Amino acid sequence: MSTPIYIQEVSLRDGMHAVRHRITPEDVKRIVIAADEAGVDAIEVAHGDGLTGGSVNYGPGSNSDWEWIEAAASVIKNARLTTLLLPGVGTIEDLRRAYDLGVRSVRVATHCTEADVSAQHIAAAREMGMDVSGFLMLNHMAPTEVVAQQAKLMESYGAHCVYITDSGGRLTMNDVRDRARAYRDVLNDETEIGIHAHENLSLSVANSVVAVENGVYRVDASLAGHGAGAGNCPIEAFIAVANLSDFKHNCDLFKLQDAADDIVRPLQDRPVRVDRETLTMGYAGVYSSFLRHAENASARYGVDTRDILMECGRRGLVGGQEDMIVDICLTKLAEQEATAGA
Amino acid sequence: MSVASTKAKVAIIGSGNIGTDLMIKVMRTSQHLEMGAMVGIDPESDGLARARKFGFAATHEGVEGLIDLPEFDDIEIVFDATSAKAHVANAERLAPYGKRLIDLTPAAIGPYVIPAVNIDEHLDAPNVNMVTCGGQATIPIVAAVARVVPVAYGEIVASISSRSAGPGTRANIDEFTETTSGAIVQVGGAKRGKAIIILNPAEPPLIMRDTVYALVEGGSRSLDELTAEITESVEKMVGDVAAYVPGYRLKQKVQVQEIPADQPVETLLAEGETTRPTHQVSVFLEVEGAAHYLPAYAGNLDIMTSAALQMAERIAAAKEATK
Repeated sequence: MSTPIYIQEVSLRDGMHAVRHRITPEDVKRIVIAADEAGVDAIEVAHGDGLTGGSVNYGPGSNSDWEWIEAAASVIKNARLTTLLLPGVGTIEDLRRAYDLGVRSVRVATHCTEADVSAQHIAAAREMGMDVSGFLMLNHMAPTEVVAQQAKLMESYGAHCVYITDSGGRLTMNDVRDRARAYRDVLNDETEIGIHAHENLSLSVANSVVAVENGVYRVDASLAGHGAGAGNCPIEAFIAVANLSDFKHNCDLFKLQDAADDIVRPLQDRPVRVDRETLTMGYAGVYSSFLRHAENASARYGVDTRDILMECGRRGLVGGQEDMIVDICLTKLAEQEATAGA
Repeated sequence: MSVASTKAKVAIIGSGNIGTDLMIKVMRTSQHLEMGAMVGIDPESDGLARARKFGFAATHEGVEGLIDLPEFDDIEIVFDATSAKAHVANAERLAPYGKRLIDLTPAAIGPYVIPAVNIDEHLDAPNVNMVTCGGQATIPIVAAVARVVPVAYGEIVASISSRSAGPGTRANIDEFTETTSGAIVQVGGAKRGKAIIILNPAEPPLIMRDTVYALVEGGSRSLDELTAEITESVEKMVGDVAAYVPGYRLKQKVQVQEIPADQPVETLLAEGETTRPTHQVSVFLEVEGAAHYLPAYAGNLDIMTSAALQMAERIAAAKEATK
């Protein structure tokens, strides 16, 4: 008996981190057309840090969210157009504007222990009639029972689906299995569960498969794995495994492969892959979008990228605290000066 | 019989973290104020229990309870530490009585006040708004940069410990970002403002951190000249704020750098703005609380209540001078 799944393509949201939020509306259209024709269920579009994430801290976008969303809406035919909102960064007013441009689905993202800041936004999205998911980021940072209770809160605010969001690419397969089961145990039967994996420990496909085997319905994946850190679950590889595992979906493997290799990979100005920096993120459990900011700071201040990332993990930084990367560099330089002067 | 005090009596509406911390500050540190009444809506709240223990009038019946108190007539200044929505209702209900209102919610009915920047501008306003904790910590820095060079864009990132964010803050996070962004422009002097707030649950709790970014037009100055002028202005401002928030400090040297040519900062500018800024200023701050109520990590609480207290002191001092 085949297991039905829902595929959300995230290269135009999480993938924004990989290209420092710089992509032309023309390229947005090319990706949307290709992913739509390849049969994905939903396509997410926004700055990597969600609506109005464009900033000094996260990187200004080459375009506004509205320009990107308009471009996507102008060519999308079958898939659901969706976006992401981080309370504390974007607001309900921003969500209304996205709705006016044709967005009908949203994920409201919080750190995995702070679900209650999403109550206002989830309720507002429901009032607009949108499909709404809760997105519990850096899921590895809290114990399984704790995140399951936070998922329950998001359900109580009105979320149709709640995600295991492995922003640091830090969860292993046993972790994902336990979390999927814990979510399933506390959530109502009609509430869906989603998995958002990162490739930092080279486990994104395996983790997503384990998730589906344990009751997860929505799976995040992106063309060529285009996403923060070592990238997200590569959609073409996941669909290949899904075919071999008898998961029921509507995607065309070869079309996805073509889009990944011909359209998305040529856009990358830094390879999206497991390397010493991105593996260190998974190992230290650091929010994947810190990668390019840490590399920039490393170039400017002469501190090894891995030392910066390990310190981010040690300080327990959460999503959004990119400002602390330069703070870490300046602190390390001051320590070096003090040692040299002693 | 004792001589009647010349101090101004205050009431505090909201017996949560902020209201309770403010009460303790009025008792321990104020020159011109004394507690008149504590007002809450939860009879079991810790803040009300403490107020009663200290011997102050207290009510759990909200603004109606306050108006009914025999002490109400003597109250000159009312602090509101509830929520934006509640403040709108409270302000309307109190309007006939001519009390001075100091609003610690993001309701922003009255003008914004950041003591180190514009405390003298609104001494006579019937209702003043204290912006937000993040705004109190960062807008002085935006203003310090703006008095040296034009600020095309000001952005602040406030990271607070999860434990220091009460239910009111959590339920109304949009009001934080919207009110703070507005005040970055109106009080800070930036042409456009953006505010970001992050809750971090790390244990032991992290001390409040704030980062201010400003995109500026450096004019004909060299990078060294620009850095020196901005640093001097920022350091002076940090001293001005630290005068009423002792735990307020510059955590790193002020960073000034040229904006790389390929950085698409145009998308951050105010609508219709075409002049591209030349430099990015980054200022890293830390706010350690005085630990009057919550422990020292809750600098966000301390800076908000200290700013409100500062405003009330100034109002009361001005009144005393005319008595």
